Amino acid sequence: MLTHLLRLALLTLSLLLPSQIARAQDAAVDIPAQIAAMGEASLKELTQIVVELASTGDNGVVPVLTALADGNLYLDEASGRVVIQNGSTITDPLTGEAVDLGAEADLSRIRVNNGLRRDISAALSGMTLMSDNPATRLAAAQGFLSKPDAANLPLLDEAIAAETDANVRGAMQAARAVTILTSEDASIEDKNAAVPQVVAGAGRNAITILTGALADAPDEVKPTIEAAIAGLEQGRAVWGALQNVWFGVSLGSVLLLAAIGLAITFGVMGVINMAHGEMVMLGAYTTFLVQLVIRQNFPGLLDYSLLIALPVAFLVTGAIGVGIERGIIRWLYGRPLETLLATWGLSLILQQTVRSIFGPTNQMVIAPTWMSGSTDFFGLAITYNRFWIVIFALIVFFMLLLILNRTPLGLQMRAVTQNRRMASAMGIRTPFVDAMTFGLGSGIAGLAGVALTQIDNISPNLGQNYIIDSFMVVVFGGVGNLWGTFVGALTLGVANKFLEPYAGAVLGKILILVLIILFIQRRPRGLFALKGRAIEQ
Amino acid sequence: MLTQALFRALDKKAVWVIGIFLAVAVLVPMANLLIPPGQFGHVPTYLVSLLGKYLSYAILALALDLVWGYCGILSLGHSAFFALGGYAMGMYLMRQIGTRGVYGNPTLPDFMVFLNWKELPWYWLGFDNFWFAMAMVVVVPGLLAFIFGFFAFRSRVTGVYLSIITQAMTFALLLAFFRNDMGFGGNNGLTDFKDILGAPVQAQSTRVILFAATAIALALSVLVCSMIVNSKLGKVMVAVRDAESRTRFIGYRVEYVKLFAFTVSAIMAGIAGALYVPQVGIINPGEFEPGNSIEVVIWTAVGGRGTLIGPIIGAIVVNLGKSWFTSALPEFWLFALGALFIFVTLFLPKGIVGLWKQLFGIRRKKAEEPALPTPAQSVDIERGEDSATFDNPQIRPAE
Repeated sequence: MLTHLLRLALLTLSLLLPSQIARAQDAAVDIPAQIAAMGEASLKELTQIVVELASTGDNGVVPVLTALADGNLYLDEASGRVVIQNGSTITDPLTGEAVDLGAEADLSRIRVNNGLRRDISAALSGMTLMSDNPATRLAAAQGFLSKPDAANLPLLDEAIAAETDANVRGAMQAARAVTILTSEDASIEDKNAAVPQVVAGAGRNAITILTGALADAPDEVKPTIEAAIAGLEQGRAVWGALQNVWFGVSLGSVLLLAAIGLAITFGVMGVINMAHGEMVMLGAYTTFLVQLVIRQNFPGLLDYSLLIALPVAFLVTGAIGVGIERGIIRWLYGRPLETLLATWGLSLILQQTVRSIFGPTNQMVIAPTWMSGSTDFFGLAITYNRFWIVIFALIVFFMLLLILNRTPLGLQMRAVTQNRRMASAMGIRTPFVDAMTFGLGSGIAGLAGVALTQIDNISPNLGQNYIIDSFMVVVFGGVGNLWGTFVGALTLGVANKFLEPYAGAVLGKILILVLIILFIQRRPRGLFALKGRAIEQ
Repeated sequence: MLTQALFRALDKKAVWVIGIFLAVAVLVPMANLLIPPGQFGHVPTYLVSLLGKYLSYAILALALDLVWGYCGILSLGHSAFFALGGYAMGMYLMRQIGTRGVYGNPTLPDFMVFLNWKELPWYWLGFDNFWFAMAMVVVVPGLLAFIFGFFAFRSRVTGVYLSIITQAMTFALLLAFFRNDMGFGGNNGLTDFKDILGAPVQAQSTRVILFAATAIALALSVLVCSMIVNSKLGKVMVAVRDAESRTRFIGYRVEYVKLFAFTVSAIMAGIAGALYVPQVGIINPGEFEPGNSIEVVIWTAVGGRGTLIGPIIGAIVVNLGKSWFTSALPEFWLFALGALFIFVTLFLPKGIVGLWKQLFGIRRKKAEEPALPTPAQSVDIERGEDSATFDNPQIRPAE
């Protein structure tokens, strides 16, 4: 009953008053007097006062009404003043200035009930809808959108008519449409017309709103709503798919970085380097050390520490790789399975060494400013670090292609891959090529380590998390073919992200592993098998 | 026919090995039960269980040796078969807990009650019966190996590729068993066992019996492997290892030979797992860890692959070293293990067992037959796919 009265009052007011600017002056309401009256008013009188105050449209009354609703408005029994008490500070409700009531102050809270609270919030949104600030008006419109009430319709109509900002008007129209859709009195035609407006204006919440409205809607409107929901869901599915593709590409580029070095050593030399993951880990630790040095000695370069770490990591891990090749692997050529064991042993040693030096805890590498944050790309949230890693993976990949196809070393590598004995007979120093290949592969693993510092923890176990995935990529893509690795990494990345929503992260991964095992049955040499007599069975 | 195979299997070396482990199966329990504590020669109960653990590892290493040392298939997934056997045993032991669990539920294990499951999943049915569980210890790893091997060997997935997909298999199982909804206890696995066949698992007598059972199982494994290796099939296995393509061209169905070896080996690994679980008292997904499989490979390599005694020695020696290192110098265990990997592959291709021959045999051989190149050296063991091109030793590249 009370609320109806209020709504009626608001309705008449909003119809009577022509524009929001002229309001404060026109209204012959004595604001200070009304506020002072609040102290002794009954609930019924309070409602009346709230309506009166709201009708002024004066932004100055907003604090009073908010305080009243929140239970922060007090009456000082001693002086008869109405004040706002917020924690220990006592302020004047209109001016907002601090008030000193003296020692004999006796504050008692002005009581409100839930009905009055609702009235206050309705009054407040009605007022904010007419605010001078577009952001406030937008917020008010969104408030109406989430709590549609038929009684607010005239208010909205008036606000829409007066609105100049297209954005805000859109939100208001959506709010109006939702209100029409949920109200009991609106005609079928109005409701049908309202559906597209909800779709246009309500943004991401449109589906929820429409689904909510569907249950109570008359039968004639239901088909329209259902069609609108179907359309929205289709749109959402497309965007979801795009988002998944992006996540997949991002994961795939990480896999590509980790696997590409392996592809070279595996492809050219037939060497199973189980210590490859540790090269990635060493690259990450090199980045950490480079940043440490820069932070202590050249703080100005901190933003470029990753760029500086790139060549350093490449050289460090590349040199270690050459050392491993000369020290261990060259004694084991022709026995790939034993290389696997020896390099596994090596990986244990490297892990333990790093653990002994740096400790088992995770280390931190600070992201440069140009890599932190994210951007909204047509509704796709893209974080900059992921974005740069994708770019970086592509650069590394194409650089490697260039090296393999356009340099003498690349030519020699390809020759050795295709026919080692013939290459040797033509005067290529195959041991040198082997050492360089292994160094290159390890160096690229180091580069991957630099990139991974941005998305993963730097711990001695870093490499272990990637080694199995890298092998899957190489085996899936086919040995001795960089494009195979490229396609393999991206396929696995995207497939992983598409399976995740349906199967969960772990089950998705299991499915991928099973699919790879099955795939190897069909094509034992991977996606892009190297053809030629050397590989023939 | 069987007696003939048995007779052939029992060559002098195998008889010795089997005899030793049967003796161990009797002597160690006696030393534990009959000699009072404190007196010389007494074996404390914890040591009995520890030795039992080593012996179950030895069975696992022997199983791997059968496929790797004799058939040239480097499986990096044998810990999966081991763990599956262990889980089958663990499920039996869980069902034996009955109302003694924390929640006192007569049928559901504690973790299922905790997850609010109302009834036993179908794959847990029957595991309250010991003999059914023992059948599963054999059937589950065997079936997995059979199906996996059938497809892999039929499509001629060999060498490194096979190693990697077996690794993928055990990794997939690792992830699967970590999931709580799989119904195998998730992260924590199965533990807190009470009874096995009515006898308390922790009791001294049970532990001694479990040890004896493990030693006997090891002796039987040696017998079975010896029978296989000394049979005609065993010769074909070695042929597949040394020159797969040539064996195929001669007319043998290489894939069936491999499948047989792989399945038998997986069953042995499963039995080893089943014996392992009651002695250590827990089975969790960590047993599926791909690293574990690679460690089994190194036991075999250290001892000497392609022999029956080698992997047993390797498993026991490496694990003794591990026990000593992890208590005395925990920091250095990984260094030692890693160095062992590298040292053995570089300098001891035939392992400890081959050390004697390596040191003295080569010299003698050189004196006897100086010029002849020996065909089928270890060099091309792993290069089944290349051997068609490189089979003639005279034209093999000098790498």
